[in-house]
Amino acid sequence: MSLQDDVIADLKARFADRVLGEGSHVGQRWLDVKREGILDLLRACRDDHGCDVLMDLCGVDWLDKGMPERFCVVYELVNLKKAEHVRIKAWVPEDDPEIDTASDLWKAAPWAEREVYDMYGLTFRGHGDLRRILLPDAYQGHPLRKDYPLVGHGERQNFPRYGL
Amino acid sequence: MGLDSWMAEGAMTTRVTDLVSWSRKNSMWPMPFGVACCAIEMMATLSSRYDLARFGAEAIRFSPRQSDLMIVSGRISLKMMPVLGKIWEQMPEPKWCISMGACASCGGVFDTYAMIQGIDRFMPVHVYVPGCPPRPESLIDAVIKIQEIITTERANRAVSA
Repeated sequence: MSLQDDVIADLKARFADRVLGEGSHVGQRWLDVKREGILDLLRACRDDHGCDVLMDLCGVDWLDKGMPERFCVVYELVNLKKAEHVRIKAWVPEDDPEIDTASDLWKAAPWAEREVYDMYGLTFRGHGDLRRILLPDAYQGHPLRKDYPLVGHGERQNFPRYGL
Repeated sequence: MGLDSWMAEGAMTTRVTDLVSWSRKNSMWPMPFGVACCAIEMMATLSSRYDLARFGAEAIRFSPRQSDLMIVSGRISLKMMPVLGKIWEQMPEPKWCISMGACASCGGVFDTYAMIQGIDRFMPVHVYVPGCPPRPESLIDAVIKIQEIITTERANRAVSA
């Protein structure tokens, strides 16, 4: 059994009330979970299964795709000793886009969470420094949301002029 | 009388503004704002094969305070715009600007929320260079066009520097 099978079986047994489902693609499995108590699951991955690296933390907008919720936050964890990946997807509703921060578990989390906040507008409870990381501070809106217009809301036109 | 004898020895007369324009156009100091693939072509233009030094514009300066020709080569994002604007304002007058390539001139293929659709939306541009990216010959042509602008338009303007 690979690490992802171990982790998914263990989490399903221990946190049955928080698991929404699971899936797999090209041999990579993942676990869909509720956002409530996500930190317990992540801590179990880190402490009990040796997932010492948060390889990636990203957001996804599943607007009108019939998913459990509109947004999901994907945690890509790595166990360096076994060199194997584990994937957790936490679903976040549109009307309350908020989830607990993982920055107490991995030092890699704060910047990744800032990017998710920047692009999708999800806020991370207890983050402490939740500012935009890529876009200008004064930017309005969150451009990777699927209902955001491709050419923006006019921010390309409304800016200062130099030497004109 | 006295003037004629000077002329015979190789002197010539001109206007001060013409003399200033002549020296300016043959010794432009470009400020390279290379942010994308156009910058590769700009480097090729500066290096030995195309040799922008033939037109007196080889003294690349990365300090805006020492340069008088801004070459914007590449796409400018919303976040890069204040940087470019600040560098442009730091350049002393007189100064000229070349918008090199499709991205700097009109946004190019990057018709997205993050891209400025042409730098002329927030700063002056004197010569546009078409292409994606333009060949070095095009950039050389733009430099020559800037030289024409210097000799024709600026000669009539008061020396403001």
